[in-house]
Amino acid sequence: MKKIFALLFVLGSFAIAQTQIKIPYTRYVLSNGLNVILHEDHSTPTVSVNTWYHVGSGYEKVGRTGFAHLFEHLMFMGSGHVPVGEFDKLLEAAGGENNGSTTEDRTNYYEDVPINALELALYLDSDRMGFLVDAMNPQKVDAQRDVVKNERRQSYENRPYGLSEETILKNLFPSTHPYSWPVIGSMADLSAASYDDVVEFFRTYYVPNNASLVISGDINPKETIKLVEKWFGAIPKGKIVPPQNPAAVALNEEKIVVLEDKVQLPRLYMTWITPKRFSPGDAEMDVVGNILAGGKNSRLYKKLVYDLQIAQDVRAGQSSSKLVSQFQIIATARAGHNLTELKKVIQEEIDKLKNEQPSQRELQRTVNQYEAAFIDQLESPGGFSGKADMLNTYFYYTGNPDYANEDLARYKALSTDDIQTAAQTYLQDNGRVILSIVPKGKIDLAIQPKAEGK
Amino acid sequence: MKKKILILLALFIAGSSVSLFAQDVDRTKPPQLPAPKSLTVPALQQFSLSNGLKVVLMEKHEVPLIQLNVIIKVGSVNDPADKVGLTNLTLDMMDEGAAGKSSLELADAIDFLGARIQTMAGMHSSGIYLHTPLSKFDDALKLVSDILLHPDFPKVELDRKKKDRLTSLMQMHDQPTAIAGAAFNSLLFGKEHPYGRMINENSIKSFSVDDLKNLYAKYFVANNAYVVCVGDIKTDELKIKLESILGKWQKGIVKEDKISDPVQVNRRIVYLIDKPGAAQSVINIGRIGASRVTKDYNALVVMNTILGGSFTSRLNNNLREVHGYTYGASSRFMFRPIPGSFIAASSVQTEVTDKALTEFFKELNGIREPFTNDDLNRGKNLVALSYPGNFQNVAQIASQIEELVQYNLPNDYFNNYVSSMLNVKADETNAAAKKYIVPDQMIVVVVGDKAKVEEGIKALNLGEIKNLSIEDVLGKVPVL
Repeated sequence: MKKIFALLFVLGSFAIAQTQIKIPYTRYVLSNGLNVILHEDHSTPTVSVNTWYHVGSGYEKVGRTGFAHLFEHLMFMGSGHVPVGEFDKLLEAAGGENNGSTTEDRTNYYEDVPINALELALYLDSDRMGFLVDAMNPQKVDAQRDVVKNERRQSYENRPYGLSEETILKNLFPSTHPYSWPVIGSMADLSAASYDDVVEFFRTYYVPNNASLVISGDINPKETIKLVEKWFGAIPKGKIVPPQNPAAVALNEEKIVVLEDKVQLPRLYMTWITPKRFSPGDAEMDVVGNILAGGKNSRLYKKLVYDLQIAQDVRAGQSSSKLVSQFQIIATARAGHNLTELKKVIQEEIDKLKNEQPSQRELQRTVNQYEAAFIDQLESPGGFSGKADMLNTYFYYTGNPDYANEDLARYKALSTDDIQTAAQTYLQDNGRVILSIVPKGKIDLAIQPKAEGK
Repeated sequence: MKKKILILLALFIAGSSVSLFAQDVDRTKPPQLPAPKSLTVPALQQFSLSNGLKVVLMEKHEVPLIQLNVIIKVGSVNDPADKVGLTNLTLDMMDEGAAGKSSLELADAIDFLGARIQTMAGMHSSGIYLHTPLSKFDDALKLVSDILLHPDFPKVELDRKKKDRLTSLMQMHDQPTAIAGAAFNSLLFGKEHPYGRMINENSIKSFSVDDLKNLYAKYFVANNAYVVCVGDIKTDELKIKLESILGKWQKGIVKEDKISDPVQVNRRIVYLIDKPGAAQSVINIGRIGASRVTKDYNALVVMNTILGGSFTSRLNNNLREVHGYTYGASSRFMFRPIPGSFIAASSVQTEVTDKALTEFFKELNGIREPFTNDDLNRGKNLVALSYPGNFQNVAQIASQIEELVQYNLPNDYFNNYVSSMLNVKADETNAAAKKYIVPDQMIVVVVGDKAKVEEGIKALNLGEIKNLSIEDVLGKVPVL
């Protein structure tokens, strides 16, 4: 849906073929600091304009959680020269599709349009970068506040197990850490967001020197950069963006948390803080996730769902972010089974991975799947997961838009020993949050706090 | 340059709403667009194997990938009356043991290739869907052949799958959108019609290995199937590979099951399904729509884009942008061989359920009035000019070819699509709206907190209100 924010839990989005596959690009930096990356793909007469602002919920102030995402919604409400509603109308009339999403680290926007509408997309995108607040008013903020509150109701409050993420983050991070709240924010903070907050946020973060623009598709790069210069070149550079400098975080205890919900079956969540995106240990934990719960032969799936049949489902994976990442295991019990039974099996499998290396075939099976997934990504120039967004992803997190080969190389270089070491290092029993969500009135199905605990 | 920028910034920060930069470019109106580039899709290659199995290929060489779908003409509409869900389960079981390989051995082999092989049933057709890097195509094709031609249907795996199904059915009781969808279909089409009937605890528990084997034997024959392939391969090469893998697949005699047209709604009824404490009400409104082969198809697609099939559509604009009742509202036609549903839907904040229903009906009535040129052009352009975006990945292209084959559309359909959509006339969309959107002959399903919403809905006088429980819709929570 329009203006959704990305799920925290995105598994496996990398990989490359045995033969080197590159995404050739040209990069420019305009005098106002805007980074521009161009990629040619002439397979269909379309183009994707993909803009990243290097700000997400991890930059929000306490008391304004959810603001980066609310701001994303306001970016579609018209700008200095574009009346409210016209942004979408003009793009649709040209056969274009557009959307935006917010994570803890960044906010992205794309316009996928037929190639003849490239300049229209640049006009609209530059107008909101340069002139958004010229047309902003408290009524627009109120209108999108209501929409976002309904997004929260739809995707969290009215969805079974929907409050899990909020509860886990609050327990995983100290309240001063910017990852301690979910991207959607709280109802109270959404109510508090004001017009003045919008103006300040825009001037602080939505400046060309804090953005990167990728254009991927059926383009002529020389003509395209001229158009970019024409529409974006005169937007003034902003001040230097204040850096994020949260204190290092570590969790040195096992927190046991229980929630009741209107659900039929109990579900267990185990979450650890793990190495940040693209740092040593990050790729290892991706592989650990796949070995534990990717496919029928993965260890937890096979044990819990296939052999013992005490769980309906199990997932595991690393969700990688800029400051730190999270590794999570989620399992839903079958009727007649409790979460203590599930946790026992999960703990045994974690311990087994710590005590002996996985097989070479388990590792290779995972790497092969990542390779194939990468080839898939090369098919689409645009959208949320095509090449344009990939170039921006790599540019933002590594400084190198064409980091794809290095990315896959991380996985190919891993040994079974590395996987064992990562499991030993990062899956500590005394550094995790264990959340049980149980049907109302069935606390006995949850993991019980230890008697000697606080 | 630098100095100038600094001054402007100071003005900006001082709160000036007049922006003084970028004088050199005229922003007062959007840039003029050159004419759209035309789309030419690679030609479809068609051939048959020695057993008559029909193959349709589109060569696409940019990325080394292959999508290969073996489509069988059997779907949930073919389920026997007392075995609802049988086709779905049969397909789901095909990769749970085949050609002597166990479920786990098959999964390991597929995952090791980095390929995906999915076995899925739809309403009128089912398929084995292979997506693979080109370098693994030969190995993957052998696995497809095992799964398609030699499924073992082991009882132990069937028993496991049945528990999985029962548990999923149990979990549906938690999910308001799933409850609304199930209620909408069974109330609209009737519990006996293939489009309206539902899987239930008894049918799941009754499935036997013989049921699966019988369904497989009856429908899985070469003359009741076809192959769609898209990807980085030449026609001659594909032909040789498929001949050796599928050329010996037996033919059989398949009798077509007749499905009766659903009966249209003749008044308006509101079904209120209680979900105490719900933060939102899920609303589904609709009636019987149209068949995929109706001559009104193009007009309906354009009309629905304006009504609820796009972000700027009237429903989304009204309920989301103007009123803030929801995160999104939409409508669509389920086009099938016989008429499927027309459905308009949203999840709205509990407190505004009645107001949201009023706005829904305002738009459903309003769409019957003549369109402005602006609306009509935007709708047509969005449908037509966004079409090239549907030809970017092999899976997406294959599903469009599938539609082409299933509905016997002409071979130049893709290349003519843009112009035929742009040629839709105002009187055609107006006539389609009047014929298909009949607001006083619709069912209205609301899943929400009855204590909070019932009074408001009653006051709208939409029609008779029937109260239902979740168990009325889904049956009792099943036990394993």
